[in-house]
Amino acid sequence: MKSSTLPSDANLVAATPPSSWQLFLSTFCRNKGAVIGFIVLALMVIIAIFAPALAPHDPYELFTGQEQLPPAFLSGGDTMFWLGTDDAGRDTLSRVMYGARYSLFIGLSATTLAMLVGISLGLSAAFWPKVWGKAVMLVNDILMSYPSLLLAIIIAAILGPSMTNTIITIALVCTPPFIRLTRATAMVELQREYFIASQVMGAGVLRLLFVTILPNCMAPLIVQATMIFSSAILEAGAIGFLGFGVQPPDAEWGAMLGTARQYIQSNVWLAIWPGVAIFLAALSINLTGDGLRDALDPKLKQVT
Amino acid sequence: MTDTLNHTNTSMNGSLVKEAPLLLDIENLSVTFGEGSRAFRAVDDVSLTVTQGEVIAIVGESGSGKSVTMMALMGLLPPYASVRAKRVMFDNKDMLGMSPKERRGIIGKDISMIFQNAMSCLNPSFTVEMQLGEVLRKHLGLRGSAVQARILELLELVEMPDAKNRLKVYPHQLSGGMSQRVMIAMALACEPKLLIADEPTTALDVTVQAQIMDLLGRLQREKQMAMVLITHDLGLVSQNSRDVAVMYAGQVVETNTVPEIFQNPAHPYTEALLQAIPELAIGQDRLHSLPGVVPSQYDRPSGCLLSPRCPYKEPACDVPPPILDTPNGKVRCIHTDLPSVDTGTSPFDPATLESQA
Repeated sequence: MKSSTLPSDANLVAATPPSSWQLFLSTFCRNKGAVIGFIVLALMVIIAIFAPALAPHDPYELFTGQEQLPPAFLSGGDTMFWLGTDDAGRDTLSRVMYGARYSLFIGLSATTLAMLVGISLGLSAAFWPKVWGKAVMLVNDILMSYPSLLLAIIIAAILGPSMTNTIITIALVCTPPFIRLTRATAMVELQREYFIASQVMGAGVLRLLFVTILPNCMAPLIVQATMIFSSAILEAGAIGFLGFGVQPPDAEWGAMLGTARQYIQSNVWLAIWPGVAIFLAALSINLTGDGLRDALDPKLKQVT
Repeated sequence: MTDTLNHTNTSMNGSLVKEAPLLLDIENLSVTFGEGSRAFRAVDDVSLTVTQGEVIAIVGESGSGKSVTMMALMGLLPPYASVRAKRVMFDNKDMLGMSPKERRGIIGKDISMIFQNAMSCLNPSFTVEMQLGEVLRKHLGLRGSAVQARILELLELVEMPDAKNRLKVYPHQLSGGMSQRVMIAMALACEPKLLIADEPTTALDVTVQAQIMDLLGRLQREKQMAMVLITHDLGLVSQNSRDVAVMYAGQVVETNTVPEIFQNPAHPYTEALLQAIPELAIGQDRLHSLPGVVPSQYDRPSGCLLSPRCPYKEPACDVPPPILDTPNGKVRCIHTDLPSVDTGTSPFDPATLESQA
């Protein structure tokens, strides 16, 4: 999990055109919301990676006799458990911290998977528009016309509830926007003269698609990826909440919310903390994505 | 228009050159876009030959099929274009019959091409070094420091100012002239046998245009490579090429040697092109022009394609004109002896054009 959380930041950085790196940085920093979002997101990534060192307790350790404690700042709270304990006496803070691992990992791997499949299909659909392109877009339209949560539930019901299946499900739901965007961007780039020039130099199909065209399509795709990343985390939360994803007692935000539902009358804090965590994760990623769009989208760049 | 340029010719200094072997031999090439009633014939029955080390020019207005002919040669037309030809041979290899993989081994290596808008022909995501290196690695199999050395050598060959510091530069940081130099360096990277220059100087200003043409001419002579110069600038033609093919609406209407075509144009369209050179119209109120436009897909005349606009039209023009011999060349017109037109003193003398350009 550590190794797969780190490349996310590396990807965002490496895929931007290096020539405009400084321009990118200055435009990004001008957007205060984006900077705050990025800092929150970075903190979350750090918490996720170093959860075993940072968490005050083992997230699965049962403190018998200390079940359902309110947060430490309320009367009846214990400073040992800053955010209180759940119905089985487990430390909520530790569980939320470990939950960041699940959510970010699911979000990241689902987005990466969706991006890989979406880019390949979108590029090939733009390159061979006649039969293959039409077929891809037809299937794509069918997928897009399904309510995504319903589709997720159907797949989870068929494949069974588990983290891997949650990733596959979310990746499938998140692929269509990538296909669309890649195809649309690539179709514009295919008309550009450098593409013909590259053919004249004797470039083969794979080189044309992935070396000539793809780097020029990356800016909107990176922005789209951040948006998809946040919706993947929300989706993961929803699937977990409904019980089709990561199963309790594993500390996943959605699953924690699902369990907390039973105690919402007696101990509302159990539902609030994972909810806040999901909210913060999605918000920080969206803010970061917004800043990325300001910095990377050439149309917006001219306005500012 | 067959066997158009199969004749001995005099070189620039007047001595007789021995006929070099044929490098490019295109016979009866036709390109049609679309199918059935919506079909559009962009290139009609074009025949061209280029011998090794020779420069020929293809002249004609936009949409006359100049570039499409060359793209057809390289097999780079979109799938909805159908290409038919009796023969398309390059260096004794059949370009139409070979597999795409074989073709990719030839284009970029033995045939290379430079374009009009050099700035938009360079990939905006990669540096000059990366783009030049890609060609060298793919076609010549160079690796490591050999690539770097060859790139520098190429940039110096095309007289790139401050070549060393241009390696890490992105296309948007280059001027138009410098982009064209990079394109030329890229095209020459593998020492091609044939260079297709598709309006190489149209996007450049006049001083840079002269520099680039000088460069191309020098490299062409040094490397003994054949060149097809596609242009609509007759000044460039007079200075740089030995033979000319004039195209109109997808057909080659006249071929001849450079001094001949400027002094005695045999086709009314060639004549009209020459009369439209701005430098020759000094003192006149208006530039000469033919009435009407190039026939579109739907209003093609049955006979000679120029007939609706031609000042010499007669009833006999309603059937497709034969290809007739002229001194040194061929013409697709029944009027072999046009009345000479008065365009001032020594109108089509290349020397006059050069001094005025």
